[in-house]
Amino acid sequence: MAHGPAKGFTRWLYTTNHKDIGSMYLWFSFAMFFLGGMFALVIRAELFQPGLQIVEPNFFNQMTTMHGLVMVFGAVMPAFVGLANWMVPLMIGAPDMALPRMNNWSFWILPFAFAMLSSTLFMQGGAPNFGWTFYAPLSTTYAPPSVTFFIFAIHIMGASSIMGAINIIATILNMRAPGMTLMKMPLFVWTWLITAFLLIAVMPVLAGVVTMMLMDIHFGTSFFDAAGGGDPVLFQHVFWFFGHPEVYIMILPAFGIVSAIIPTFARKPLFGYASMVYATAAIAILSFVVWAHHMFTVGMPIAGELFFMWATMLISVPTGVKVFNWVATMFKGSMTFETPMLFSIAFVILFTIGGFSGLMLAIAPADFQYHDTYFVVAHFHYVLVPGAIFSITAGVYYWLPKWCGNMYNETMGKIHFWLAFIGLNVTFFPMHFSGLAGMPRRIPDYNLMFADWNMISSVGAFLFGAAQVVFLYNVIATIVSGKKATDEVWDNPEGLEWTVASPAPYHTFAEPPEVK
Amino acid sequence: MLKTARGLCAWMLGFMCLLVASSALAEEAERWKFNMTPGVTPVSQDVYGLHMQMFWWCVGIGVVVFGVMFVSMFLHRKSRGVKPANFHESTWLELLWTAIPFVILILMGIPASKSLIELYDTEKSEVDVLITGYQWRWKYEILGEDVSFFSNLSTPRDQIEGHAEKSANYLLEVDEPLVLPVGKKIRFLVTASDVIHNWWVPAFAVKRDAIPGFINDSWAKIEEPGIYRGQCAELCGKDHGFMPIVVDVRSEADYRAWLDEKKAAAAALAELTEKTFTFDELYAKGEEIYNRSCAACHLADGEGVPGVFPALKGSPVAVGPIDHHIDVVVNGVAGTAMQAFGEQLSEVDIAAVVTYERNAWGNNMGDLAQPLDIYNHKQGK
Repeated sequence: MAHGPAKGFTRWLYTTNHKDIGSMYLWFSFAMFFLGGMFALVIRAELFQPGLQIVEPNFFNQMTTMHGLVMVFGAVMPAFVGLANWMVPLMIGAPDMALPRMNNWSFWILPFAFAMLSSTLFMQGGAPNFGWTFYAPLSTTYAPPSVTFFIFAIHIMGASSIMGAINIIATILNMRAPGMTLMKMPLFVWTWLITAFLLIAVMPVLAGVVTMMLMDIHFGTSFFDAAGGGDPVLFQHVFWFFGHPEVYIMILPAFGIVSAIIPTFARKPLFGYASMVYATAAIAILSFVVWAHHMFTVGMPIAGELFFMWATMLISVPTGVKVFNWVATMFKGSMTFETPMLFSIAFVILFTIGGFSGLMLAIAPADFQYHDTYFVVAHFHYVLVPGAIFSITAGVYYWLPKWCGNMYNETMGKIHFWLAFIGLNVTFFPMHFSGLAGMPRRIPDYNLMFADWNMISSVGAFLFGAAQVVFLYNVIATIVSGKKATDEVWDNPEGLEWTVASPAPYHTFAEPPEVK
Repeated sequence: MLKTARGLCAWMLGFMCLLVASSALAEEAERWKFNMTPGVTPVSQDVYGLHMQMFWWCVGIGVVVFGVMFVSMFLHRKSRGVKPANFHESTWLELLWTAIPFVILILMGIPASKSLIELYDTEKSEVDVLITGYQWRWKYEILGEDVSFFSNLSTPRDQIEGHAEKSANYLLEVDEPLVLPVGKKIRFLVTASDVIHNWWVPAFAVKRDAIPGFINDSWAKIEEPGIYRGQCAELCGKDHGFMPIVVDVRSEADYRAWLDEKKAAAAALAELTEKTFTFDELYAKGEEIYNRSCAACHLADGEGVPGVFPALKGSPVAVGPIDHHIDVVVNGVAGTAMQAFGEQLSEVDIAAVVTYERNAWGNNMGDLAQPLDIYNHKQGK
């Protein structure tokens, strides 16, 4: 009945197997994580002390732009899609994804998109240098010629994301094992279902905005040019209508991962499952009506400012509910602190700190002082690095034994965690201070009063980078020579994925499992 | 007796050490600037108050949430032999921790809304300043006073490149600061000529996007004379980090005197337009203007940045007909980053810079432009 994978490179090129595609997504994102990380280290090396030492301002801007684009679209999003590919069928008792050929296609166009984006670094005029938010007219009239390649790369990434999202929705809605009702689905499946709808809603908006840029640059339109009757602020409205749901796309699946890990290591069921589902849905819906809080200083009418301020503050309610539920799950549990749990606990604490600064940023009058300073940089790195990166890392440690059948080295995992945890805080906590002291973001050089905080941040960044090398080594060592893992791996974990063998056979649930 | 004296000495020494340490600490705290400035306007002080209020709310919530978490991480661990409980639902709790944050949000939002309304009230201003962002300098125009000028970064390249020691106001100093009167309601009208910039002076809590084709406004009533510094706060291209803002706030009388001085200087400059300069005068001045206004893109050696900013060394414009050269400098090139400098530079400056560009880096055209030529060009003659 079941047959194994094909041999050689064509196994990967032609594969329609959700596990193979999941693995490719994960390795791809790992590679992009290192590439984006190197861009970040160039930035931090230049900012180690005041003055221009290593790079020219124009190249510095290329680095901030590429760092953001590669991390958002290359590292975080594909990692979550990879996890979904691996885990969603295993969690709902499906034999594979609903649309396996589209699955293959949605992965294989990604390397081309990023090859195209990275190639701009070697073009005349350099890579995109207008920030990952690419505000017009800096990204249109004043952009380097490579902007056209950037636009095409974004189109491909968007197509890949939309296909991935359609696939995930189709799988979850159609392929659940008998008895797996919606309200029995693991939270990771729920959060991904909601995330997929967000993706389908906003990726076309991103495609639209880059297409408008393309028209402005090459076909004489004036969407974003006031001289032709357009409006540069229109760009920001359209961009952030995509951009704000996008940040939830990068955090909702993280909520799902952590909601799987904390109960396992607290040895206690997840507290408030239903309220977690409702809170996720509430966050997703609210994410569509808060976009202009990124634009408090563009000169909106006061009614707009007040609306977006209150709507943004409102998001902290469902987010708070989630944090309280995780804490209540831990409370009176019987906890152990293996690597996935350490990363998950760090996620809860640090993401909450990022939430606090988010709440401060929501206060529109105060935002006039925070906007576009390092305070904002600190905020979004506190939600994205411990939020997305730590949860993905936790997920990798948690499910790696199921994927490859071998147990990772716990000591090495703990070393990775502590290095990353310390590195992260040393890097990003001082940014709150430099931002409040008045340092704008995206500058290659700064006044001496910001020097001390920047030096600390740079040291932390290199520490954080080193921690990821430990991670890479640990993952490879586990796959190559790890000790054999049991089928359950952990102490009585919940979920269908633990009912199959370790490593998970190439084809699972050819017969649908029984769900009680 | 001896013992007492020795004890006394030790105490005094200790006290002195403490004094030294505390003053060193104060110095360190000064150096390690870590909080928002309360600023010098009613709005900025309001904003600072809101910021601190929000901070303490967050600290309070953090202490409760993380407190429960840490207690549970300490007490409820398997290594202490704890058996896990099995509770996993409580509608009552869920409602409670939805309702309490909701109430806290309302408590936070009301003062914030009030401050916002105050921040938006730009009516009844006494002085109006039009601020225009350019890549990468600011233009200030005191409306109704016929005073208008550009403000450029004045930090020398040597300091940026590390050949000279950096001064205290490194990157936060300009050649011509904006001067404003103390205690008056000042309205800032903010716009831009090329890309989006953002005019930000932390001490006033004024941060407004400068958007080409649109005008934003904001206001400040500055309560203390002094020099206040800020920076562009919206990525505007290569030299985004090099377009600072300096505002010099003076008494009403000193402000008036400054206005008169500015007007006199403008009149003197207009007279110079009539004058005929020698080649050497124009070349020397042109070099100075070029390095200030042109070298950011075309580079000091005229080589430009391939694919982005064209080279001037041997360029068809610089070694072509002089009329076209003047036209490019005065009117810019539509659809590119080349700005129209006709508004930004005086006739003398443009004549000098054109002369310089036609004769530097081996261009050797040997011709020159006089201020009157530029004036005539602008008039369409």
